[in-house]
Amino acid sequence: MKKAAADHGVVDTLSLQDLCRFCQADETWIIELVEYGVIEPQGTTTSKWHFAGINIVRAKKARRLNRDLGINTAGVAMVIDLLEEREGILRRLARHEPI
Amino acid sequence: MEFQDYYKTLGVKSDADADAIKRAYRKAARKYHPDVNKDTDAEAKFKNVNEAYEVLKDPEKRAAYDQLGKEPPTGNGRYQPPPNWDNNFQFSGGDPRDQEAFSDFFETLFRRGQGQEQHMHASRGSDSHARVQLNVEDAFNGKKHKLSLRMPVVGSDGNVSMQERQISVTIPKGIIEGQHIRLAGQGAPSLGGGSAGDLFLEISFALHPIYRLDGKDLHLDLPITPWEAALGGHVVMPTPDGKVDLRIPENARSGQKLRLKGKGLPGTPAGNIYATLKIVNPKVSTNEARAFFEKMAKDMPFDPRAHLGG
Repeated sequence: MKKAAADHGVVDTLSLQDLCRFCQADETWIIELVEYGVIEPQGTTTSKWHFAGINIVRAKKARRLNRDLGINTAGVAMVIDLLEEREGILRRLARHEPI
Repeated sequence: MEFQDYYKTLGVKSDADADAIKRAYRKAARKYHPDVNKDTDAEAKFKNVNEAYEVLKDPEKRAAYDQLGKEPPTGNGRYQPPPNWDNNFQFSGGDPRDQEAFSDFFETLFRRGQGQEQHMHASRGSDSHARVQLNVEDAFNGKKHKLSLRMPVVGSDGNVSMQERQISVTIPKGIIEGQHIRLAGQGAPSLGGGSAGDLFLEISFALHPIYRLDGKDLHLDLPITPWEAALGGHVVMPTPDGKVDLRIPENARSGQKLRLKGKGLPGTPAGNIYATLKIVNPKVSTNEARAFFEKMAKDMPFDPRAHLGG
């Protein structure tokens, strides 16, 4: 049994390289996600790109959908949009149907 | 360990051909994918489906598994494979999905010293990912969270064994859904003598009977009386951070949303609390109360249906 080191914290921003490692994906895949507007980097050139907040979890979700279900980037982009729309609707619905 | 009925998991007959198995797997994977299916057991089902397919898609593994199936499990859930059950079959680990652990049944019988090739050139171990579900209150107060993870660990002899690891992690105040906590060096160990990978914990929140989180904002319904709505005034409202005093404006409407700036999840900027007013009528059970409402009906001409016309 191992004890955790104090060495932990919230992931704020990731560089392109970090995001690749995080998603276990290569740069081409991440760049494609940017091109399809699934995620939006801050910074002008790819070497200066930084990904923050929702973009990190979106990239990871996109990678999982691609890997687990074989959905291509255009499909992943649409699925993620629809899932977010659905989550918004479910949140609104939850107001009227208390759990 | 427990015997796993992989055919039942995928919902196919035991003589199904490879195409039928693939079709059943794809359909089930779409249905139970944890990013798509929000049921609490979706992740477990998705894992089972993948485990079943991992065995049934591989002709050698499937043949070995079918051999096991000929000797039905005895006793209640305790399953012991016959000795040398895999004598005539050749299969290797292959295609590991992350480092995630399948059932004991799979890990014992079908997981073979995989991973070596993967790490041959890598100087550091691979990262691991896990999800952690918190309560809304944890995000307000922070929390020391203890979690146990089961991970396959490759021993020095190349064999894989399941190990339970207890990890304690401090959840900082103000964490929001979808954020990750990185635990440096808590991922898979390196086989090449390099540093271990990191462990990433993805944060999600359990549904709460009162509160709903949307990013850093907290939403709740606040029941008020008809006279509180009409006259306005102060009410005491519970929040995960303790009770707060809320001013109800005069002539408040049902469904009206009141904002408490900066009272949501802490951070820069902090989130807000949005309370949606719900006017609740008292149950009229005494003659006095009845007379009271009758007086209101007489003295207060009011037609809430005026705008409906007719």
